[in-house]
Amino acid sequence: MEINGVPIDETYAEAFTMHASRVLITAISKEWALEAARSMAGFGTSVIGCGCEVGIEGPEPEETPDDRPGVSVLLFAPSKKAVEEQLIKRIGQSVMTSPTSACYNNLEAEDRLSVGGKLRFFGDGFQIGKRLDPAIIGNGDRPRRFWRIPVMDGEFIVEDRFGVQKGVAGGNFLLLGDELPAALQAAERAVEAMRKVKGVIMPFPGGIVRSGSKVGSRYKFLNASTNTAFCPSLRRQVQSELPEGVGAVLEVVIDGLTPEAVAEAMRVGIRAACGPGIVKVTAGNYGGKLGKHHFHLHEVLAI
Amino acid sequence: MPPVILRLKEPLTGVPLEAESISPDLFAERSREEIDALPVAFGNEAHRLGDFFQVDGERSEEIMLEGSLERVKWIGSGMTRGRIVIRGDVGMHAGSYMKGGEILIEGSAAEFLGVEMEGGLIRVKGNAGHRAGASYRGSKYGMRGGIILIEGNVGHEVGAYMRRGLIVIKGNAEDFLGARMAAGTICLFGQAGLRTGGGMQKGTIVCMHPVELLPTFAYDCTYAPVFLRILFKGLRQLGVHVTHEQAFGLYRRHHGDLADVGKGEILIAA
Repeated sequence: MEINGVPIDETYAEAFTMHASRVLITAISKEWALEAARSMAGFGTSVIGCGCEVGIEGPEPEETPDDRPGVSVLLFAPSKKAVEEQLIKRIGQSVMTSPTSACYNNLEAEDRLSVGGKLRFFGDGFQIGKRLDPAIIGNGDRPRRFWRIPVMDGEFIVEDRFGVQKGVAGGNFLLLGDELPAALQAAERAVEAMRKVKGVIMPFPGGIVRSGSKVGSRYKFLNASTNTAFCPSLRRQVQSELPEGVGAVLEVVIDGLTPEAVAEAMRVGIRAACGPGIVKVTAGNYGGKLGKHHFHLHEVLAI
Repeated sequence: MPPVILRLKEPLTGVPLEAESISPDLFAERSREEIDALPVAFGNEAHRLGDFFQVDGERSEEIMLEGSLERVKWIGSGMTRGRIVIRGDVGMHAGSYMKGGEILIEGSAAEFLGVEMEGGLIRVKGNAGHRAGASYRGSKYGMRGGIILIEGNVGHEVGAYMRRGLIVIKGNAEDFLGARMAAGTICLFGQAGLRTGGGMQKGTIVCMHPVELLPTFAYDCTYAPVFLRILFKGLRQLGVHVTHEQAFGLYRRHHGDLADVGKGEILIAA
């Protein structure tokens, strides 16, 4: 298979089941909502070292509970407990601290985590709970409870419970470029296109990874190390996966609320990336032994 | 299913009719004859619903009532689902102990509307009497959930002892609005009477006009609570007219009643 003259490797991306939440942050302006969201998503690139993967969802929320500008953030972690812990830490330290912010659940799910219900104690007894009926808040049959926590600029509103559901983390593709500028431009095109897809994030800086990893290392204390097979500088020293003419490789990693969303993001991303300077597109996997979800590039692109 | 229509045969004078059997829970599975036979109390006498109402329709969760119902009490009391439409005024205790569903009163409601209700929605196009959404005498808590929307004016002690839920009053309120409130929200668009929030422990009373507060309420600050934007957005979805200034404007916050717990708040549009 080729797209715009770029060969697509007949392989698959191997992704994992993780638990996911979606948070809606509002503020007095879009800029301040983004500030809070960026802070919340900080140091949330990989579950290996950060405990979770967090990113700003591209499409803007169509509406917000308080009619102020809003930004949607997706957070993925290995378990519901880990999602709850990360939400409490990140909303408490990054959203509540951001001027004028408010934070709402933005995921309808059967399972719900107590987040505002724990953050409320910051109010030191002066917090006020408000439960609004479904008739007024439009939440199916469920009421919604909000906590009003007094803070120095007025009050911080945080929802009592946040939905959590199974999601997919680790969808990916690798862009093999003849040189770094071409590979970077292609990856940027891919991420720009993928940010229009709802329900996905690309958690790495700018959505792009340059330090892809493999499982294990020669050091006992390290469980992941550089992806030697895709490092151009190691082509003659290890069993390389790089064809001749490849000077730089960049990876795009995708986490999504559903496998369909991840597949759609991969599809639009690879299509946007294929262009001058890209030698080949491939994907990372572990031989199918670790991840439940396999995204075969040819199948994804045939949609 | 089309609604069951109840038409009062003769206007009632003197002794009121107690008709808590007028509830969608009881009508949903019953034939017209069975609805006819439902019990009502007329003074100390037991009667059939059909003795007072002409019944059209059967097996429906929607009930429509026509006639002069000012002396018919307990309509929709304890209902959990369905809808009741009252084409005129209604007597005392309508929707009391209600847990779900909706009651639309196209006229005015007498006293004790939605008392101790736990859920559902009551809309009143006209006025409501004393103690709407409040507690019965001797009860610890009043309304525990649900929404009461009143287009007109209300009497004394509306929302007294309220524990949770929302009361919206487009008109004026008489004295002791939200007295002894334990939690919940009251939104008053008209003028308030005396001693608003007297003895309130927690909860929120929002007033769009200046209020003469008790000396046991202390001014805190003037700010724009984000929570009101959520609340007013929801009210708009229910058809309540809220201006941009009311939703996004500043409010003077007072806390009290300091003669009690003092964690209640009265927000007055600045």
